[in-house]
Amino acid sequence: MADTGVVETLLRLIEKVDDGVDSLEVAASLGVDHQVIVGAVKSLQALGDIISAELRSSKHWELTEEGTEIAEQGSHEARVFSSIPLEGLAQSELMKLSFGKIGFSKAMSNKWIRVDKSHEGGPRIFKTVESIDDQVREKLLLVKKANTAQLEEKEKNELKKRKLLSEVTVKSYWISKGISFSTTITKQETELTPEMVANGSWKEKKFKPYNFEAMGVAPDCGHLHPLMKVRTQFRQIFLEMGFTEMPTNNFIESSFWNFDSLFQPQQHPARDQHDTFFLSDPALAHEFPQDYLERVKKVHSEGGFGSQGYKYDWKIEEAQKNILRTHTTAVSARMLYKLAQQKFTPVKYFSIDRVFRNETLDATHLAEFHQIEGVVADYGLTLGDLMGILHQFFTKLGLKKWVEVGNSGVFRPEMLLPMGLPEDVSVIAWGLSLERPTMIKYGINNIRELVGHKVNLQMVYDSPICRLES
Amino acid sequence: MPTVGVKRDLLFKALGRTYTDEEFDELCFEFGLELDEITSEKEIISREQGDSKASGASDTILYKIDVPANRYDLLCLEGLVRGLQVFKNTLEAPRYRRVSPSSGEPQKLVITKETAAVRPHAVAAVLRNITFTQERYDSFIELQEKLHQNICRKRSLVAIGTHDLDTISGPFTYTAKPPGDISFKPLNQTKEYTATQLMSLYKTDSHLRHYLHIIEDKPVYPVIYDSNGIVLSMPPIINGDHSKITLKTKNVFIECTATDVTKAKIVLDMMVTMFSEYCSQPFTVEEAEVVYPDGKTYKYPELAYRKEKLSSEFINRKVGINESTEKIAQLLTRMCLLSQATGVGDEIEVEIPPTRSDIIHACDIMEDAAMAYGFNNIPRTTPRTYTVANQVPGFSSACLMCCSQEDIAEKLAKKISETKAVHISNPKTAEFQVARTTLLPGLLKTIAANRKMPLPLKLFEISDVVLKDETKDVGARNSRRFCAVYYNKSPGFEVIHGLLDRTMQLLEVKSVRGDGYHIQAADGKKALRGNTLSFIWSCVSYSTFFPGRCAEIFVRGKSVGRLGVLHPDVINRFELTMPCSALEMDIEPFL
Repeated sequence: MADTGVVETLLRLIEKVDDGVDSLEVAASLGVDHQVIVGAVKSLQALGDIISAELRSSKHWELTEEGTEIAEQGSHEARVFSSIPLEGLAQSELMKLSFGKIGFSKAMSNKWIRVDKSHEGGPRIFKTVESIDDQVREKLLLVKKANTAQLEEKEKNELKKRKLLSEVTVKSYWISKGISFSTTITKQETELTPEMVANGSWKEKKFKPYNFEAMGVAPDCGHLHPLMKVRTQFRQIFLEMGFTEMPTNNFIESSFWNFDSLFQPQQHPARDQHDTFFLSDPALAHEFPQDYLERVKKVHSEGGFGSQGYKYDWKIEEAQKNILRTHTTAVSARMLYKLAQQKFTPVKYFSIDRVFRNETLDATHLAEFHQIEGVVADYGLTLGDLMGILHQFFTKLGLKKWVEVGNSGVFRPEMLLPMGLPEDVSVIAWGLSLERPTMIKYGINNIRELVGHKVNLQMVYDSPICRLES
Repeated sequence: MPTVGVKRDLLFKALGRTYTDEEFDELCFEFGLELDEITSEKEIISREQGDSKASGASDTILYKIDVPANRYDLLCLEGLVRGLQVFKNTLEAPRYRRVSPSSGEPQKLVITKETAAVRPHAVAAVLRNITFTQERYDSFIELQEKLHQNICRKRSLVAIGTHDLDTISGPFTYTAKPPGDISFKPLNQTKEYTATQLMSLYKTDSHLRHYLHIIEDKPVYPVIYDSNGIVLSMPPIINGDHSKITLKTKNVFIECTATDVTKAKIVLDMMVTMFSEYCSQPFTVEEAEVVYPDGKTYKYPELAYRKEKLSSEFINRKVGINESTEKIAQLLTRMCLLSQATGVGDEIEVEIPPTRSDIIHACDIMEDAAMAYGFNNIPRTTPRTYTVANQVPGFSSACLMCCSQEDIAEKLAKKISETKAVHISNPKTAEFQVARTTLLPGLLKTIAANRKMPLPLKLFEISDVVLKDETKDVGARNSRRFCAVYYNKSPGFEVIHGLLDRTMQLLEVKSVRGDGYHIQAADGKKALRGNTLSFIWSCVSYSTFFPGRCAEIFVRGKSVGRLGVLHPDVINRFELTMPCSALEMDIEPFL
């Protein structure tokens, strides 16, 4: 609500005149800013037809910053003229003055000054007339005093070209009495109150209209990280497909379970210092199922279970090395081993959890990320089964080109048979990262904005719910 | 996956026909390869070093082809062409034969016992009457490089040396000597150097410096001499200049020294099977004898053909197809695995050639049959595996697991030795020194990175930390934590306290001493005496909080965590400026 004092003064002014008043003139006569009057008009309009206000626009001329300077201190050419003494001034000296350059050429074309190029010590400037008439300044002074009408159109345009004048459009209201004009106004109510409801006074009240264009107040609620939302969707898909979640709460793993048990040779580049985080404390793992370890050693170094093996010198020291697990397949290996120790029943497992790689960090690589893994173990599984289940999984995801985002395969007999799984049991598995689909889903280009403490909380607040099929 | 670059026109010439890029891409896919990129030398140089360097480079079209990691037989043009031609039935797979020299004794390589300390194995062979052209020679060199980078594990397991046999004379001696005692003119140098001098010379060599570490710290370096004392090579670093191969070379002596003899045999087999094609008697290789210090003699190359028998039912069952025994034998033969039905039931005899060292189990044969059949032709089926789904209770969040020692110790005003933290030995940055033992630093760093957001900031995380635990096989375990922080102009202890109350209400734990939960002022003195309470508290400690503003959380009589107003020093160390209250507790008991 505008200042009630101004509103009332305005209403009284309108009451006195027959036709109406201009808001600019009202502002000038009251000595207040025009915006104050505009505010009063707006608030009166909101009350109904007390006044009628017609938007008008008028043009008028104003001095630019440079124009103001000239009106005060004289035109550049006049200042050049007045700064030249009788004995003349070196051109180089003149050019050092702020107005020198522009003023010089204007004064030359006005023939107020001349240049003696052959003067000893460089070109020198002399006055050619005794006095001058600074018309530019005078014209600008006219504009300043709002006597623009005295100038010809041509003169105004020339000054505009010199960027000394500018034409501005001013919007004002022509205010006149409305149909329900009155100098006393009833205050509008903003909201219905318990009292109004109780005593029925709402019937006499006028209510301020709502602004339906404005945003509502943000609800006070928590926000889940986008990764967690996508993770929930993946869990949902696995659960719908009848998969059981594996407990993955062991980030520290021995090289044995992470590599050797998967029939990954000890010289494999993935086991390099450049790819895997090794631990200094606790550096080594100590307990292994001894007979299983012997079978793993044998299949690597000599072969067996139908395999030629890798035929190299397998070392327990290498298998003992503790690492931050590089894939959740280490968990799958432990689960499959456990499964083999009881009477075999078919299983479908999944997990979604952190894995670690000693990567050089950039916009798409982090040293830790989440791996999604699905594993099916049953009698007589085929490559066709692997392709069929992948097709189902990625169809649920809404991804057509699934070959690009993950890895899949059948676990080797050299991995499964030493565990003690029955010979005719096959295990198919596939994996992908959680971050990649999340980044695609939420249009995030730099993984560091998604994961880690540099996460953008605004992004967390703003991300929509995750519906992967859309 | 290694990438092999071949000149397109040479490839098409060798294949005996041309393909469009799309056709060749399709062929690669069918054969289990991937046409990764179509480019030229000029394009590669201009991309890597700028246009100016590329002017004058060749415009010849190059195909960059991704080859499966263990298919060493496809790492050069010769092998690729042979594989594709057999696959397309335009060529029968050649038989590789080891032959005795037509005149006299085989070349001999004698290993002395000194090599045991550094690189104990060696194998050797001779390619007789070979004809090099510039392209063949380039391919010969390139294959050595590809093998070195892949199966040889950057020369650490195996190193290859190739020599012009007509410039040297056997028997050859493979020995090891102190670096000061080895002196020779290395490849492409003009004078002699001692091994010690070579090691410092190559320190700045962009290529060779990567191999120095393999022998640098050894007391003796491996070296191969001919019968006149000429140095053939100092593996795995450099060959001698004397015996270097040129386009005119007719007879090639190949030696591979190794720490892994199985891989050395494979590497030698690859070199000779790929390039014996250019010998006057194609695909024959002249044997060489290797004598070990114990007097045992071995003939190389092995070029062993192995036979496996399996049933077509096995292939059909594992792939999920239904093809005749004969058809499956044909599929395998197209993969260079010469196969035939034996007539005994549905038995197939498969011959694995020396080029297919990757076939180590019947499952590899099955995979090749599936590839030849076409993965896209296999009917997609659904496993009938009947299971009931189950989920592990739990939640997780997205702060990083690893951090610096400072984050979990000094910044929280405690000693690293008190934290039970697991330490990483080879981090690339300080951000990966330890696995976190507390969730608090991650949340505080998140606030610091988001200071522009309107106050108050309320963050929580439910996630795992890692603690040393001697009772576990790996000596460490995960522990599930709940952490929350409130960051505002006033500390808002009541907000954090209210969050605890609400959490406990949801977990159905009543607010009573004994059976329920309660909080009580944490006692600094008791904390200093050591945690005699039931729960050894490894995360936020008393000193992390403002004195008198820290309470311990007890659930059913056991301490599970702390809450309170953070110490201003802690706030400052995380580059924050406002008061902050925090809660961290163990939630393992509630899972």
